[in-house]
Amino acid sequence: MADIVIDHVVKDFGTFQALQDVSLVVEDGEFVALLGPSGCGKTTLLRIIAGLETQTAGRVVIGGRDVSGLTPRKRGLAMVFQNYAVFPHMTVFENVAFGLRMQKASTADVKRKVERAAALLHIDSYLDRYPAKLSGGQRQRVAVARALAVEPAVLLMDEPLSNLDALLRLEMRTELKAVLREAGTTTIYVTHDQTEAMGLADRIAVMYGGKIEQIGSPLEIYATPATRFVGGFIGSPPMNFIKVRCEQGIVRIGNITLPCPAGCEDMELGLRGEDAMIAADGSGIPFDVRVVEPMGSHLLLTGSINGQLARIVAPPTATINAGERVALKADPSRLTWIDSNTGRAVGRA
Amino acid sequence: MTTSLSQAPASGAPRAYMLPSARRFLLWTGLVALLAWVLVPIYFVALGAFGGRTGVFRWPKSIWPSDLSVAPMMQFLNIEGVFNALMNSFIAAGLTVVFSILLGAPAGYALARYTFRGQNAYRLLVLLTRAFPLAILALPLTVSFIRIGLYDTPFGVSLIHTVLALPFAALVTQSLFMGIPREYEEAAWVFGCTRFQAFVKVVLPLALPGLAATAIFAFVISWNEVFAASILTVRERTLTAYLLKILSESPLHYRFAGGFILIIPSVLFIFAVRRYLFAVWGIASK
Repeated sequence: MADIVIDHVVKDFGTFQALQDVSLVVEDGEFVALLGPSGCGKTTLLRIIAGLETQTAGRVVIGGRDVSGLTPRKRGLAMVFQNYAVFPHMTVFENVAFGLRMQKASTADVKRKVERAAALLHIDSYLDRYPAKLSGGQRQRVAVARALAVEPAVLLMDEPLSNLDALLRLEMRTELKAVLREAGTTTIYVTHDQTEAMGLADRIAVMYGGKIEQIGSPLEIYATPATRFVGGFIGSPPMNFIKVRCEQGIVRIGNITLPCPAGCEDMELGLRGEDAMIAADGSGIPFDVRVVEPMGSHLLLTGSINGQLARIVAPPTATINAGERVALKADPSRLTWIDSNTGRAVGRA
Repeated sequence: MTTSLSQAPASGAPRAYMLPSARRFLLWTGLVALLAWVLVPIYFVALGAFGGRTGVFRWPKSIWPSDLSVAPMMQFLNIEGVFNALMNSFIAAGLTVVFSILLGAPAGYALARYTFRGQNAYRLLVLLTRAFPLAILALPLTVSFIRIGLYDTPFGVSLIHTVLALPFAALVTQSLFMGIPREYEEAAWVFGCTRFQAFVKVVLPLALPGLAATAIFAFVISWNEVFAASILTVRERTLTAYLLKILSESPLHYRFAGGFILIIPSVLFIFAVRRYLFAVWGIASK
């Protein structure tokens, strides 16, 4: 078991800066997801931790040992690749045993550990098959089993579920969480899928443009985004941002006023679609409904607040028609205030 | 090449049975024509080689072999120098295979895996070696070979043949290695391999089919090459060079025997490594 310290890591590809001074501490046994859109540097960061890429500046420390200059094999970690990278010329057994064989484990040891990993991932019934005969989901299991078989101190996963179809992804996600919880391995998990990150991770590091925008538990990230990007990236529908003007600590929208944090004038009010409730008495933020989409579990309303696009989630039983104007109420503590100039949240302790 | 083959058993095979009869007919006619195109000349050469003097001149020719004997073949092999030339050919072709793979595969690997300054120029340069006609190089080469002491040795011939085969070896292996996902190697590194171990344990087994094809290519180039072999040797000729010299003054059935012996090793070699021409493990590139 080991903790990971990423200390001011910078990575340049020619003139393009893929990582700008990234620092992150992952506790022993913790599951951290690196979440962000493609091109945000999350995979680059993972590959630097693995030793597959060399950082331009900064250090990577695993378990108190500076591994910055070490080759991948000397870092004592295991990795699951996006396209599985299960060796096609070896049986499932040999694939899972690969890391153990490289460690020169005894035959009995190899057999025991492979069988345990295989049982954990439910691949014990096709240990003697070749990967070509397996489905994508089964190959992914083999890749995870191969990583777990070496009982790594650190497990790195690079979008391991992105090549699976939606149903299988859901199933694997649940299973992965159970398996990793049991193994207690320090895990860094790269994904662009927020539901994966929210569901799996103890903490999420949201990355954008080569920087970490915010680190926190899934609920923190969801409820109190630190930047406009995080609010817009996390959540479905994404957080609504309504441009407002703050005068003397007060914001006027329609016929109501809201207290806002002081410090700047041009602000954006971040409002989650799920946090808005439709006020029965008709007083609140005016919302002009343009489209109503019944999603089964909820109604998705698309419309505008003060002429700005917004998406609101309403209970499935509500009777709202397109073209109507409704009033929205929201718990002030669940509102996010963003400084328009910096894009960062303000007024938060 | 390898991907399409790998999928054939899964999807292609069942469909072949369902082909409409007209298409099936066309397919089989095509196959038969193609086979005939290749096999019939070989067959006649073989008939001529084993039929002896009478068989060669008999007219009309009989399709079926009659009074075959290995006697003409043995006689041919007993001609002074033929056996020696055969051995020289094997040595030269074998060395050409070894050199082209040993030099070409690392070059191909470097081209496939690393980006370096002048990569495209290098790739072009590799091909440019073929731009110099051998005829022009022959005389200076002969002089320097005599000086170094490589003249009239199968080893010297194999060096020239390697030059001929190397560009293709480098470029074919390049595309071969590009077809093997980098992740396989990276996974191997992460799980405890050095670069070299990862190559041997993961890349090499996957590359074997393509390397076998490259080997065939080098072998055939060397085996069939006449010009350089004729110029760079006097007594230690390779079979092609030797036959070129003696066949013009030999009876017809000897020529057939010579032709047959020229054909057979290439065919046998291809037959021996044919297994590796198909992706044995189902995929070589994803």
